[in-house]
Amino acid sequence: MEIFIQQVVAGLATGSIYAALALALVMIYEATDVVNFAQGEMAMFATYVCWTLLNAGMPYWAAFFATLAIAFAGGIVIERVVIRPVENAPILTIVIVTIGLLVIFNSLAGWIYSYVQKPFPSPFPKEPIRIGGIVFGAHALGQIAVTLVVLLCIWLFFRFTPLGLAMRAAAQNPVSSRLAGIRVGWMLALGWGLAAMFGAVAGIMVAPVLFLDPNMMGGVQIYAFAAATLGGFTSPLGAVVGGLIVGVVENLVGTYVKFIGTELKLTVALAIIIGVLLVKPSGLFGRAVVRRV
Amino acid sequence: MTAPLLEVSGLEAWYGQTKALHGVSFTLKAGGITTILGANGAGKTTTLRAISRMVRTAGIVRFQGRSLDGLATEDVVRLGIAHAPEGRGTFVHLTVEENLRVGCWGRGSKDGIEEDFERVYGYFPVLRERRTQLAGTLSGGEQQMLAVARALMLRPRLLLLDEPSLGLAPLVVREIFRILRTANRESGVSILLVEQNAALALDLADHVFLLETGRVVLEGPSEVLRRDDSIRRSYLGY
Repeated sequence: MEIFIQQVVAGLATGSIYAALALALVMIYEATDVVNFAQGEMAMFATYVCWTLLNAGMPYWAAFFATLAIAFAGGIVIERVVIRPVENAPILTIVIVTIGLLVIFNSLAGWIYSYVQKPFPSPFPKEPIRIGGIVFGAHALGQIAVTLVVLLCIWLFFRFTPLGLAMRAAAQNPVSSRLAGIRVGWMLALGWGLAAMFGAVAGIMVAPVLFLDPNMMGGVQIYAFAAATLGGFTSPLGAVVGGLIVGVVENLVGTYVKFIGTELKLTVALAIIIGVLLVKPSGLFGRAVVRRV
Repeated sequence: MTAPLLEVSGLEAWYGQTKALHGVSFTLKAGGITTILGANGAGKTTTLRAISRMVRTAGIVRFQGRSLDGLATEDVVRLGIAHAPEGRGTFVHLTVEENLRVGCWGRGSKDGIEEDFERVYGYFPVLRERRTQLAGTLSGGEQQMLAVARALMLRPRLLLLDEPSLGLAPLVVREIFRILRTANRESGVSILLVEQNAALALDLADHVFLLETGRVVLEGPSEVLRRDDSIRRSYLGY
């Protein structure tokens, strides 16, 4: 039983990372119908930015928030400079552009920082935390807490601020939003900024576990796809719940199904994606899209 | 003599390569209700879209003496031209109240928003009852009320209305038109209305333009045009 609870908590910890990245994917998908394949690599690059700031001697949380600000600005710049010129192109064109971004960020990180794995600090204590007879990693608990705080902030932002409302409106009905005086183009850019910021949180939180290298987010991105698909690509809540479920399932399957172990764990993500698409393509919380043809 | 509220001269518009307006000209005085009549495809909706810069245009549009040339739709709205579009433009996944808040985004001043909420809820009590409901669950008539209410939340100088009667029961349409008359009288908002239902539009409006294949072919006060034989036969059907 202790092992089970420990594995569930560990699963929630990795799941919170998937949730953050899945939320980033869903935000951009909701606003533009585009799946941003570069989301993970943008997160990885932001983590290197954080690493650079830490190495320059900045205190951990200062570097953390500075990185979020840089990621936010970077996301906006990418939307304005790279995505905007192809805004009205067919979806496939934009998808290819995001794959191009993926390759660029990956190579750029390798070129600047090399492909050697780097240790990355955790802001949380090294000693495990004991509750009853069960031992939890402090980083795992901290990681869950940080992700939950970020999610709460973003929910409050979208739910209660005029700007959050304008961004939701712009994502839903761009024509009508323009007629209300909303600058829809800038709302999309802000969406990219926020998505890049969630990605940065995911990257910084997962780096102490996975070690930092340019391919760090590859696997995480696939789990995030599974999370977004499971939750429904049109639902931010779904992305979060999906992320947590995927994290827990991945961990439990890795622990209890012997032949899968750690080697075949990524296959679980693929199985989830295919299973959801076969059984309920709109996901747990998504809207089924009905188009008149 | 002050500048007219809206001055349109030689307005042309295109959808891709297809020209839809061939030099529309008219002026609106402040405070009036004007309707554009015309058959399907005459360019009524396009005229409104051209004013709001939603289509490619050429020609002159001046609002309170200021040229709208080169402005984006958002900027035109911010000058005080609200546009309740064809199809109502409802934000179906937002609540009724959120829809109205979106309508406030382009206001010049954030003062008086709560008063304006009271005012439009007073016009349309059903919207107050349903303010926490998702707008997509409203009936067609309620969504049209919401479209008018959302446009009024801008506190506009000019309200462009595209076929508010489309697909609605006569009773609901009469109610909406009554509110439009009230809003016009109370807040002095000028209204430019595009309508298929000529009888209703003539009742509401004090001035009429008749549009045929992208040109204004007739204009005048509505009580005069109501008695015009060609209008009567073509648009009123008696």
